[in-house]
Amino acid sequence: MKVFISTDSSSLSIGAGEVAEALESAARTRGLDLTLVRTGSRGLFWLEPMLEVERDGRRVAYGPLTPADVPGVLDALAAEHGHPLVLGAPDALLAEQGQQRVNFRRCGLVAPGDWDAYLAMGGLQGVRKALELGAGGVIEAVTASGLRGRGGAGFPTGIKWRTTHEAAAEVKYIVCNADEGDSGTFADRMLMEGDPLSLIEGMVIAGYAVGATEGFIFLRSEYPSAREALQRAIDVAYAHGLLGADVLGSGVRFDLSLRIGAGAYICGEETSLLESLEGKRGTVRFKPPLPAMDGLFGKPTVVNNVITLATVPAILADGAEVYAALGHGRSRGTLTVQLCGNVRRPGLYELPFGVTLGQVVETLGGGSASGRPVRAVQVGGPLGAYFPAELFDTPLDYEAFAERGGMLGHGGVVVFDDTVDMVEQARFAMEFCALESCGKCTPCRIGSTRGTELIERMRGGAQAEDLELLEDLCTVMEQGSLCALGGLTPTPVRSALQHFPEDFRPAAAAVAAAG
Amino acid sequence: MPERDAAKSVLSVLQEIQERAGYVSRQAVAEVAAHLNLSRAEVDGVVSFYTDLRTSPPPEHVVKVCRAEACQASGARAVWDAAEAAAARSDGTVGIEAVYCLGNCACGPSAMSEDRVLGRMSPERIEAVLDALGQERRA
Repeated sequence: MKVFISTDSSSLSIGAGEVAEALESAARTRGLDLTLVRTGSRGLFWLEPMLEVERDGRRVAYGPLTPADVPGVLDALAAEHGHPLVLGAPDALLAEQGQQRVNFRRCGLVAPGDWDAYLAMGGLQGVRKALELGAGGVIEAVTASGLRGRGGAGFPTGIKWRTTHEAAAEVKYIVCNADEGDSGTFADRMLMEGDPLSLIEGMVIAGYAVGATEGFIFLRSEYPSAREALQRAIDVAYAHGLLGADVLGSGVRFDLSLRIGAGAYICGEETSLLESLEGKRGTVRFKPPLPAMDGLFGKPTVVNNVITLATVPAILADGAEVYAALGHGRSRGTLTVQLCGNVRRPGLYELPFGVTLGQVVETLGGGSASGRPVRAVQVGGPLGAYFPAELFDTPLDYEAFAERGGMLGHGGVVVFDDTVDMVEQARFAMEFCALESCGKCTPCRIGSTRGTELIERMRGGAQAEDLELLEDLCTVMEQGSLCALGGLTPTPVRSALQHFPEDFRPAAAAVAAAG
Repeated sequence: MPERDAAKSVLSVLQEIQERAGYVSRQAVAEVAAHLNLSRAEVDGVVSFYTDLRTSPPPEHVVKVCRAEACQASGARAVWDAAEAAAARSDGTVGIEAVYCLGNCACGPSAMSEDRVLGRMSPERIEAVLDALGQERRA
C-alpha cells in the first residue's frame, strides 16, 4: 500500500510530521507493507494533516488527522469500511472547487525533487518543446499565452523576455525572485517545497529563450525548508543533465545557483534584489534602465517571480492556446489564490482568472473562521487595498482590481472579521513601510514615519485637518516614491479611510471603546 | 557551479561569519573591510541594512513571532504579547523577534523556532513553547 503525507512546512507546522511518525510506528507494529511518500501539500490546509492512500491506482484522502486517529484509519482500511474522516478522492475535491491546477499540477502528488516521478507526470516536456521551437518560438509562445508576471506587477512575461533576448550582450542572467515577503502569500514557498524541479525547468527555458547561461534563485531566509528542497532539486537537475554545460544533450548551457536573502522585505523589489545579489545594501535603483537591459552586474537580466517561471514549462507542454483559453479579460490563465487570515477553509486555490472575490471568500473559504461577519479583505499583500463586502463582486482580474483602487498582486487574500480595527490596520501599513523602507527616497523613508504618527493620533477620532494632511502625505508618497513600497503604501491606508470611514470618526471610536 | 560572485560579495561573507559565530562582531567588520578593500562604513552599511545580521551574540534560543497582516487577522497580536511576557520570564535565555511573514499564512498565527515553523499558535501555545525552551537550560 502506498500512502502520502505532506512535508510542506505549513503541514508540518500543524502536526503532519507527528501523524507520519504515528503511521510508520503503527505500520511496524502491525507488520503492514506500507510505502510512505512525503510530498508537497495539496493546499487544503483546513483538512490537514491529511493522509492519502493509493490503492488500485486511485487515491483516497483522510483528514484532518491527529496521531491518535491513525490506528482507526488503518483499521478502516484493513476492514475496507468507512471512516468519519474520509474525504474521498483529493482530485475530485479540487475539481469541485473549480480549481484548474497548472502550476500546482504535481504539488502534493509527488515527492519534491524525485526525478522519475517528475518525468512520469509530464516533467521536461516543456523544455524539450522549447528546444524544438527555438528561442524565438519560445518567446512567441510565452507572449501568445498571455502570461503576466505573478509577482504582483502583472507585466507581460513575453515582452520582458523579448527585451532581454534582443539586448546585445555576451553575458545575460535569469534571476528568480523567490523573496516572497508579502503577508498572506505562500504559493511560491509551496511550489518550491512541493515541485522545485518545475521552477528549475522554467529557468532553463528562460535562459535558452533570452540567451542567458546562468541563473540565480534569490530566496528569502525565512524559508529554510524551501532552501533545502531547492538545493536538493538543483543537485538532482545537475545529476540528470537538466542543468550544466549541455542541457539534455542540446549543447545549451545553463548553470543555476541558490542565494539566500538576509531579511529585508524591500529585496522583493527587483532592483533592490539585484543590489542584494551583488552583495550590497538592498537599496532600490532608479529605473530606467530596466533590469531587462541593465540588470545584475550591469548585464541584461530577466527577473521573474517563482510562479511565473514555473508556469512556462506547462505553457509549452500544453500549448500556449490552452493556457490563454483560461481566464478573464487581459488576465489569462490561472491565479494561485492564497486564502488565509480569519477564514474557515484557508489554503491554496489555483483558479482561472475571473472568479469573484466573494466566491473565493464566501463559497470556497466558507466565511470567517470565528463565525463572525467578514468585514474586510486585504488582497495583494501589505500594499494591497482593504475591500469591504460591498466589493465582493470584483472579479479576480488585474484590471478589475485596479479600477476599484486595489491590486491583485501575488494573489494573497487575507480575511478579517468584524473585530478588525481599521485605524490600526492603516497605521500598521505605514509602520511596516517605515520598518522596511530602504531609505533611498524621502517620501518613503520619512513619509512612512510621519504617516504612522499621524494615524496614531487618529485613535479615538480623526480631526479634519489630520485627514487632509494624511491625504496630502499619501499623494506625495504615491507620486514621489522610487518604488512600489512607498508608492503603494497609501493603497491600504486610503482604502481603510474610503471603505471604513466609521472607524475614523470620534463617535465610532467611543462606542468601540465602551463596547 | 559558478562561485566567483559569491567570493566577491560582502553580504555573503558576512552571512558566513554569522553562520559560524552567531553574529558579526566589530572586529569581524574591520577584518572583512580590510580583506575586501572596503571602508568599515561600507561594511557596516551592509550589516545595518539587513535584519538577519546581528552585531551582538544572540540569546541561546530565538523564537520568531509573525506580526504581519494574515497572522494579525487570526489573533497574532495576543500571541505576540504572550510571547513577550514569556521571554521576559526566561532570564535572557529565550529571545523573541518580530518577523513579517513566514509563508505559513493558512495556518497562522505563526512562529518559528530553530528553523521549524509553528502553526495555529495561541497565547497559551506560544507561552508553552517559550517556557519549554527556557526550562531546557535550568533542567
